[in-house]
Amino acid sequence: MIGDVIGKPLDRKDGILKVTGRAKYAAEFTPKDVVYAFPVRARVASGTISSIDTTAAKASPGVIQILTHENAPRLTPYDQQAMARGGGGMLGETQVLPLQQDKVFYFGQYVAVVIADTFENARAGANLVKVAYADSKLAIDLDTEMPNAQAPAQGQTNEGKASPVIASSEIRVDNVYRTPTENHHPMEPHATVAVWDSPEKLTIYDSTQGVKNCQGSTAYLFGLKPENVHVISPFVGGGFGCKGGQWPHIAVAVMSAKAVGRPVKLNITRQMMVTNVGRRPETIQHIALGADKSGKMTALLHHTDTYKSVSDFFERAGVPSTTLYGAPIREITYKVAKLNVGAPTFMRAPGETPGSFALESAMDELAFALNMDPIALRVLNHTSTDPLQNKPFSLDNLLDCYRIGAEKFGWSKRNAKPAARREGRYLYGIGMATATYPANRSRASARIQVKQDGTAEIWCASQDIGTGTYTIIAQTAADVLGIPMERIKVNIGDSLLPQGPGSGGSQTAVSVTSAVLATAQELKKQLAGMAVNDPGSRLHGHGPENIDAADSRLYLRDEGSIHDTYTDILKRANLPNIEMCLTVQPFQSAQPQESNPQAKQQQQSQQNQAKQPAAGGAGAPCEMQRSDPEADANRQKYSFHSFGAQFAEVRVDADTGMPRVTRFLSVMDIGRVLNEKTARSQIIGGVVYGLGQVLMEETAYDKRWANPVSRTLADYHVPVNLDVPEIDVYFIGKPDPHISPIGARGIGEIGITGVAGAVANAIFNATGKRVRDLPITPDKLL
Amino acid sequence: MRPFHYTRATDQPAAISAASAAGSKYLAGGTNLVDLMKEDVERPSTLVDITRLTLKDIHPTTNGVSIGALAHNTETANHPLIRQNYPLLTQAILAGATAQLRNMATNGGNLNQRTRCPYFYEVGMPCNKRDPGSGCGAIGGINRMHAIFGWSDKCIAVHPSDMCVALAVLDAQVKVAGPQGERTIAFTDYHRLPGDTPEKDNNLAPGELVTSIEIPKNNFAANSYYLKVRDRSSYAFALVSVAAALEMNGKRIKQARIAMGGVAHKPWRALEAEKVLIGKDATEANFRAAADAEMANAKPHDYNKFKVELGRRAIVRALSRAANGGAA
Repeated sequence: MIGDVIGKPLDRKDGILKVTGRAKYAAEFTPKDVVYAFPVRARVASGTISSIDTTAAKASPGVIQILTHENAPRLTPYDQQAMARGGGGMLGETQVLPLQQDKVFYFGQYVAVVIADTFENARAGANLVKVAYADSKLAIDLDTEMPNAQAPAQGQTNEGKASPVIASSEIRVDNVYRTPTENHHPMEPHATVAVWDSPEKLTIYDSTQGVKNCQGSTAYLFGLKPENVHVISPFVGGGFGCKGGQWPHIAVAVMSAKAVGRPVKLNITRQMMVTNVGRRPETIQHIALGADKSGKMTALLHHTDTYKSVSDFFERAGVPSTTLYGAPIREITYKVAKLNVGAPTFMRAPGETPGSFALESAMDELAFALNMDPIALRVLNHTSTDPLQNKPFSLDNLLDCYRIGAEKFGWSKRNAKPAARREGRYLYGIGMATATYPANRSRASARIQVKQDGTAEIWCASQDIGTGTYTIIAQTAADVLGIPMERIKVNIGDSLLPQGPGSGGSQTAVSVTSAVLATAQELKKQLAGMAVNDPGSRLHGHGPENIDAADSRLYLRDEGSIHDTYTDILKRANLPNIEMCLTVQPFQSAQPQESNPQAKQQQQSQQNQAKQPAAGGAGAPCEMQRSDPEADANRQKYSFHSFGAQFAEVRVDADTGMPRVTRFLSVMDIGRVLNEKTARSQIIGGVVYGLGQVLMEETAYDKRWANPVSRTLADYHVPVNLDVPEIDVYFIGKPDPHISPIGARGIGEIGITGVAGAVANAIFNATGKRVRDLPITPDKLL
Repeated sequence: MRPFHYTRATDQPAAISAASAAGSKYLAGGTNLVDLMKEDVERPSTLVDITRLTLKDIHPTTNGVSIGALAHNTETANHPLIRQNYPLLTQAILAGATAQLRNMATNGGNLNQRTRCPYFYEVGMPCNKRDPGSGCGAIGGINRMHAIFGWSDKCIAVHPSDMCVALAVLDAQVKVAGPQGERTIAFTDYHRLPGDTPEKDNNLAPGELVTSIEIPKNNFAANSYYLKVRDRSSYAFALVSVAAALEMNGKRIKQARIAMGGVAHKPWRALEAEKVLIGKDATEANFRAAADAEMANAKPHDYNKFKVELGRRAIVRALSRAANGGAA
């Protein structure tokens, strides 16, 4: 079924466009007569606007108009159900819509926007807007606010069950781990260019992880039909989750364009990326593990304290503890405070990233307490059954990941005694951790057209956020249709195309390629049918099931010289092309994270998005593929997760405490690899993101004013080249037969999981110091 | 950024005259000033572009070397005269910023760059340096990166330069020209402690222009080292940095110069530590005694207490490496 094109380490289709600067990003679209909007941000974090003085700003050169809550166009008030009905995505801030009221909930919140003829004039004008506030009580310190925190309505598991078991266990570890607020900081800041084509029609150039979601949300807020909102996003310079929700600048750009009657460009600054487009919230995680003397775990407790703000999102750091290790009793709970900080949101492996740091550190501490090898402890407690859902994992090669990783990394040379390996001024150590992330899949449609010249074109409202989506879509079609990669044109990043999911939750690759595969297979079948039924074809009379495709032609599998080209087949039929659009709905049942209201809303939205007209090609409606009873049965039978093992070697300067990761190995069990090159890049990128998390990333807030003092990339450190060692990536590569016909699982997020744990464990091995609060900066290792 | 006038000076007198007007500022590499203008921290009415002035020369003098104020950091670091005679300066420059920034940044600009204190940069926050009388946000705030020496209750910011830490050790002199003519300022007198006037980073008078930095000959080249401790491997400001230079007589220390970065409003000459070392053997114990003597006077804040111990270790480490000819 699957040929040899899928999996190949092919270059990105968009690689040359990107390195030559021809790939056009949102901020680079400059429609005729465009003007510029620059938001004014609140310099308090809690209060009420008492007055806004725009006199000086209005007189500033080039300023056209200034919008505040007093004169901005009104938006439809937020209603989750209603928005999902129209296929709306996910607003980053649901409890406060921009410029609609006089309350300030966080430092940096937009309180006005200045529209001017140039970006510089808009910014200069924004500096002149004077806003006065009546301050309100401020909540910023998580520890202080925890007594007022609430347990969420859903997701509390076995509350109170683990502690008594742990207390009576022979071996116990019981510690608190902390992770700070972090920002995503993709290289490309957000940008929105809004163009009103008519009072009912809108075009938006946006940097987004979900063109359909952006379309639906914007249509909802402005009372438009979704199909009248055209979101265009051909390239995205990274997202990591902060372009998954629709943040207020999108609505601000659209209302600015409405107010001035001209296209408006709104470019987010790096400072706004800290305050206005989401963050991973701080967590305080209490983990307690119990085990008997052999190392067999008796119970696991994972409690997370965290915060939310102007949305319901909070960090579910306990999620790795729902999946890993066979402790018979597991208690996973949350308490969520409310702080005056911008809303938290998804950030690369939300939940797993901070959660696996805590859990994997705790496992290392348990191994140390047992005087047991950390891998042996994990092997002993390995489970092939999802411990909460009590279903087998669809594919589980985690033990192989440990084994292969240990071999390749030289684990046997590890000295279990901390601080035992010293070379000159440096202390060396190695550590490991388990990686895990759910394997999600959702509804997607793909339209494919095979043309008389032997080329093909594909349309799907997905988007490539730097991951390689263009490439794997083409690769999948090339594999089935036997059309060379360079003869396949892929159209994505456009909300009017057939429905594709948002790029989040590592679901794009599996969802979109499943739709492309089904459509391409159907098309090939149709072309083969045309050939075998056509007396003019050399394939006439043969069985379609015996026909393969290569070089834009069909041939008999056992006798390659008997063939017919797509060009000839279509010419004889007098067709310029043949086209098909299929929607693949993988599961009738709910998504795995059904307790997560956001996931639920996404599912509703996607269903409604799929009902919208789908452009591209001849634009015929997308048919729903026959329901797939097997996929549904699989969803009931199995739990879907990817796994991996992360290995790190660190060097710590014994004098200065400066840590450096000197080697890293990642062994990944992610099903079939769709493109060995882009997949490797995804894992490398995830590991680098994890190195940032463990060693340097932190958004620190002043406790008096709730302003972030990590304001730009000068203060918010991400790894530089010198911080990143060679990263070896090894894929198990066995397809997951239960998730999709291709057997691939998403890969965007699992790469970061476990990285912080592996490095922190290596630092313990190197120095004997167990650092339980991230990031592990030199001062913590003195 | 507010609208401003731009003028390009063709010669030094014209530059000085243009920059002497209230609200005028010199523009060289622009790597710091333009950022500050975008942040609305600096609001010059006129920028006087001096990049066409002939102050780019690096040349030997009878007593050492003269480094033009408009020579870029990169060429300075890599100039044979500097690499051979003042390797400490090369190391310090290359420890700062990134290759791209060093290619743009000038030596005069490096001296005159402003603190990276986030309260200085965030115009919504109090800052006596930016807005005298408004208070110091960093006192009582997140002051992990801030001063432990020489601060006042008006300001606890640090000077961000690496290059200047080396220049403080090398007994450099800053040549300036201004409306009143030319003068020379000892490097250690160039920058100021905050006192009651933190808005003044240095002792330049209005309109004065740095023309060159003069470094005298010394016998430190064989035994010097610049150590920078930071949160990542490059492109990060120092938590603590130490420039150490020794003139050795066999095992004995004839002369010692130590300066620290990331600890004060100016490059901090560790005079107490230097005193301890003169005439002593280059041993780790003596280095430790020197470091203890200096760090005894440190006054840290809530978030930077670690700098005291880190500073102590960094002095010892830098001195050890200097004594070993730079090797570990």
